[in-house]
Amino acid sequence: MTATAERLTADIGIGGMTVRLHVPDEAFLRMVEDRYAGFPGSGDDAECDFDIELLPERPTEIDSVGMADRDAEMDPDEDVRVWREGEMWNLTRGDFCAEWNPAERRGRIRQSMNPYSVDCVLRIVHTLALARNGGGFLVHAASAIRNGKAFLFSGVSGAGKTTISRLAPGDATLLTDEISYVRRAGEGYVAYGTPFAGELAEPGANVQAPIDTLFLLAQGPENRITEIASPSEAARALLRNILFFAHDAELVNRVFRAALDFVQRVPVKRLTFMPDERVWELIE
Amino acid sequence: MSEPMNEAMSEQGERKQRYVKRSRTVAARTLGDETMIMSALDSSLFTLNETASAIWNAADGVTPLEQIVEQRVCADFAVETEEAMRDAEELVNNLAQHGILMVSDSPIGEAV
Repeated sequence: MTATAERLTADIGIGGMTVRLHVPDEAFLRMVEDRYAGFPGSGDDAECDFDIELLPERPTEIDSVGMADRDAEMDPDEDVRVWREGEMWNLTRGDFCAEWNPAERRGRIRQSMNPYSVDCVLRIVHTLALARNGGGFLVHAASAIRNGKAFLFSGVSGAGKTTISRLAPGDATLLTDEISYVRRAGEGYVAYGTPFAGELAEPGANVQAPIDTLFLLAQGPENRITEIASPSEAARALLRNILFFAHDAELVNRVFRAALDFVQRVPVKRLTFMPDERVWELIE
Repeated sequence: MSEPMNEAMSEQGERKQRYVKRSRTVAARTLGDETMIMSALDSSLFTLNETASAIWNAADGVTPLEQIVEQRVCADFAVETEEAMRDAEELVNNLAQHGILMVSDSPIGEAV
């Protein structure tokens, strides 16, 4: 990440895409620098610039601008909502509200002083950008590189993403234990490291490699790899784990096609494992 | 739009003509012998087997369902017409309930 104190900007590069944050103060800048230290961006070709405004504990000023109106209505327990109004994407959760105009490459985030809000915005923006550009997605999966090949380990919470990450041998490079970044490249797909960590609480390495196999995780009494019965079963499993927030017909269509294209190009198998490092003897 | 199967018969016991058309608010793709369909409205996901896929692919809004079943199901899958029609009615009613297939007593044009 590059940061210029005078301008208080931070450039974060994930998956080959740079997001520039215009942060409100030095404290916020240090917080962002710490969190995304391994993911520098290239500010000259930032996909979008976000102005971050710090909210007071509870908003008190209400003006006529729609975004400020929404601030006043922010519910701390509200789930993520993403919707589009014309060219503008609106992103809200209990702890933030944001706008992003991809055509103008500009956006705004209003949040309190915490690292989680901007992290959530980054995840959403990347899912939208990947869907818009086609051929990629974020997926609930751990991933690692071994022998120059990337392996994904997908599953819902509790399936074992962090466990298999902890069991990885020294010659494996961990890309993430929580959210894998997948992009189409040529005739195949590439996995990128992400700073989006799960229980491991460690960012992944900022490297990439062609994806060799997507494993659907299951815990069991032995370590074994089994074939998936049909491409549609593989696609269903993948779609269940893809991060996607927006109920937008065009983007849903694109994500659907990306997922089905993926399962036709990348082997998808079930990996049953017990909490034992020998599982990695099957993965190389 | 959809109607119970027993209402698909006329008072004289004759089967009413029904027309089916794929919704434009879905994404669909064939994988092997199956067709996967995702609703763009609520992201719900459906998988159709080979015979259901044949009906789905022929659901152009102007070919009667009975004709689709005879030509695309009975002819290719060696199944009796009555049994095939029962299954087809159940399928189209189910898909119509989820808004991914339109069903009508008259041909369905682009405006529907």
